[in-house]
Amino acid sequence: MAKRIDVSDLDIYYGNFLAVQGVNISIEPRSITALIGPSGCGKSTFLRSLNRMHEVIPGARVEGKVVIDGQDLYGADVDPVDVRRQIGMVFQRPNPFPTMSIYDNVAAGLRLNAKKVKKAELDDLVERSLKGANLWTEVKDRLNRPGSGLSGGQQQRLCIARAIAVEPEVLLMDEPCSALDPISTLAIEDLMTELKERFTIVIVTHNMQQAARVSESTGFFNLAGVGQPGRLVEFNPTEKIFSNPDEKATEDYISGRFG
Amino acid sequence: MTTATQPAPGGTEQQGLVERHRQLPRFALAGLFAVGAVVGVLASVLTGFNLVLAVIYAVVLGTLSVYVASRSVEGSRKAVDRLVTCVVTTAFAVAMVPLVSLIWTVLGRGLRRLDGEFFNSSMLGVVGEGGGAYHAILGTLIITGLTALISVPIGLLTAIYIVEYGTGRLKKAITFLVDVMTGIPSIVAGLFAFALFAIFFGPGVRLGIMGATALSVLMIPVVVRSSEEVLKLVPNELREAAYALGVPKWRTIVKVVIPTAIAGLATAVTLAIARVIGETAPLLITVGIINGTNLDPIDGRMATLPVFAYYQLTQPGFPPEFAIDRAWTAALILIILVMALNVVARLISRFFAPKTGR
Amino acid sequence: MTTTSAPPEPPRPKRRVGDRIFAGSATGAGILILVVLAGVAAFLVSEAWPAVTAPAGDIPGGDGLTAYIAPLIFGTLLAAVIALVVATPLAVAIALYITYYAPRRLAAGMGYVIDLLAAIPSVVYGFWGIAALAPAMVPFYVWAEEHLSFIPLFAGPASATGRTMLTAGLMLGVMILPIISAISREVFSQAPALHREAALALGATRWEMIKMAVLPYGKSGVIGGAMLGLGRALGETLAIAIVLSASGGITFNLISNSNPSTIAANIALKFPESTGLDVNTLIASGLALFVITLAVNMLARWVVNRRADFSGAN
Ligand SMILES: Nc1ncnc2c1ncn2[C@@H]1O[C@H](COP(=O)(O)OP(=O)(O)OP(=O)(O)O)[C@@H](O)[C@H]1O
Ligand SMILES: [Mg+2]
Repeated sequence: MAKRIDVSDLDIYYGNFLAVQGVNISIEPRSITALIGPSGCGKSTFLRSLNRMHEVIPGARVEGKVVIDGQDLYGADVDPVDVRRQIGMVFQRPNPFPTMSIYDNVAAGLRLNAKKVKKAELDDLVERSLKGANLWTEVKDRLNRPGSGLSGGQQQRLCIARAIAVEPEVLLMDEPCSALDPISTLAIEDLMTELKERFTIVIVTHNMQQAARVSESTGFFNLAGVGQPGRLVEFNPTEKIFSNPDEKATEDYISGRFG
Repeated sequence: MTTATQPAPGGTEQQGLVERHRQLPRFALAGLFAVGAVVGVLASVLTGFNLVLAVIYAVVLGTLSVYVASRSVEGSRKAVDRLVTCVVTTAFAVAMVPLVSLIWTVLGRGLRRLDGEFFNSSMLGVVGEGGGAYHAILGTLIITGLTALISVPIGLLTAIYIVEYGTGRLKKAITFLVDVMTGIPSIVAGLFAFALFAIFFGPGVRLGIMGATALSVLMIPVVVRSSEEVLKLVPNELREAAYALGVPKWRTIVKVVIPTAIAGLATAVTLAIARVIGETAPLLITVGIINGTNLDPIDGRMATLPVFAYYQLTQPGFPPEFAIDRAWTAALILIILVMALNVVARLISRFFAPKTGR
Repeated sequence: MTTTSAPPEPPRPKRRVGDRIFAGSATGAGILILVVLAGVAAFLVSEAWPAVTAPAGDIPGGDGLTAYIAPLIFGTLLAAVIALVVATPLAVAIALYITYYAPRRLAAGMGYVIDLLAAIPSVVYGFWGIAALAPAMVPFYVWAEEHLSFIPLFAGPASATGRTMLTAGLMLGVMILPIISAISREVFSQAPALHREAALALGATRWEMIKMAVLPYGKSGVIGGAMLGLGRALGETLAIAIVLSASGGITFNLISNSNPSTIAANIALKFPESTGLDVNTLIASGLALFVITLAVNMLARWVVNRRADFSGAN
């Protein structure tokens, strides 16, 4: 069910402000693609444009094409809500629903969409998703406790479980580990490597080692200059980016000689 | 890095890097104040005792003695600080006087008729002793209930519009007009409801529903304002989390935003009800008063508790004391109602807030 | 910053039925508020119009609408101004006390008690005003007439019941006190901790810290709160109707039995027994009150919002 994503000539705006310009990229199915780059260069913006979360912000819009397995996401007859069901997202800060229990959080995708599911099926789904997020053993005895009572790392895995419970084809992750300790970070990295068997994963990270550890391909975003839009400077297999990048800017950034 | 090099004005001696302040201990200050106060009371006794004057003298002299002592020991800056502390504390005490006096008066006079008959009987055929506010209490509950029925949906939806959907000029205009509406005097709201219904039913019309309309004009902006604040407190991340699961916006609002804010919303609504339940002026001119029980808000005059209290006090008939007692009891019940609503609001926000603790 | 010239209108996103209904009703509710407000203005004008066009002799009093309303406006303003003068300093002091002086553990409770003052129905304040405040003021009025009658405010003759303009103003002051102090409390407590701590670190006393870091920051908030209180005082009806013994015309004499009434109290007192043109006249006076409070409230919002723009506080 994982799908490939083809982006061509994507310009992303906030009102009249062009935040990201001219992105061309092909993301392979069943792989992890990492996006790196300095702060403010538009990584989150680009990521959010892949599941039409971008347009949630008033005045935000995109130009260009995002095609998932031949279907244009921004086509006139495409409902953004359907797009988001196919392409899940995990955010930088864990954000479980505070009014819901752990169980309800995982079931939220179905419940909130008023899908009629049998109790047994739902139980099964919740268990599978929590197991998929490596959280099951830790929470199986307190499924009815509030989700916000978990630790930060557990909350983030809960959010991942919530995202994979709706069985999306693509999983977008925006700095999912930046609020977590090294142990939780490792847990989530392991999880990602498992998940890529089933999903196409795109992850934004500031952690170079993380990108090197988990991803097959890496894209480097950079600002051409102050006030200029962000661009995708280089997109290559991860080994190449970290050993022998095509662009000087990439090398500078990776080796810390940036700015 | 700057403290030590500051010049030390009056009353502080600089010794190397550390400033030394000569300080009056707490008990000395209290003692000084007490001495001043005693002198003040004595002065008032000598000039013919009067409780109010005695208190004023005591506070003024107590404050003065603290100020003077502090000035001579601690220097002028500290003394001014002490003076302001006294003044501010006194002001707070002064503001408590009316509250205490009000509660005292209403309790003292309202308890006399706080009996079963007051809750069981209307004023139908009552002259002089006896009678009660059964009809008025029910009337108030009905009209307030109707008001809430009108105002809560409109107010909540408007708040949702402002927070979740509104953009551009319309949002600005509505926000501004809600502000304007907050300032409509209650009597004007009454006149509005009167003018509105007079067009259809002629100038002599008095209906319960007119009162509910007038009160809604007062209640809607309160509901909007406070629910708006509450909805804004719901973190955007939760909305985004729901959108990212492919949940449509309206379901996100209904299933995520509102449940998260429900305690705050309930509190807001309760407080808004407390705010209108004691409104008198608009009901006076739209609902009027009757002696019997009328529970039908679309058929003629009704009795309401505040209007009942008002008329019992201002037009007590003869002999007046019975009506005046009833008036005070009605006032006491009003206060109890309002306080109860406030307490309920507190409890709601205490117990139903989403649990975030680890 | 890169800008583009007039972006092409993106295709309108498809909207689900549920979304359309929900957004529609929310917008509808918002628009309803516009309509209600327009309705308030329109109905008041239409019902007031007969009084505006009526010959002067038909208006109660016989001297035309202006002569009828002028003393009422005067009385309204006078009572409200007294209330404001009494309440503002007290409210500021209370707010300071609760935010910076009271023991931490008590402060919240105190704030709550003050808020309760705001919740008490105005008719109850009227009861208290006539039963407790007015009699308590009588000795002062007698004394003031004796010793201060050279000041026009205290010209007398002193009221024996205490139902004077000053009593009404004081009572209004008590009523608006919680409003002003609630808003002041809010802005005082929002004064940036950084500035406050900087002041304290410079060796300032508590009062100096308040003068340096809190009052300048909170000033426009206090002004705004005072004006909201003013708006409330202008529109107060029954408390005044109960307490004020109104019979006279325009006078600054605050301690006698003949006072100008206020617009709202006058409506409450006369409306139930009025018919015909009298009703229109009362509604015309209500319209005047509406306009005055509207102006005051808009000014208040403007002052408060200006602060929000400049303070950078969120
Ligand atoms: N809601 C918004 N409205 C307007 N401009 C925005 C908004 N969000 C981001 N921007 C701008 O878009 C540009 C890209 O921001 P973005 O958040 O995508 O950067 P980023 O690469 O994710 O940075 P970081 O690594 O710090 O998360 C920045 O110039 C930012 O100021
Ligand atoms: Mg980012």
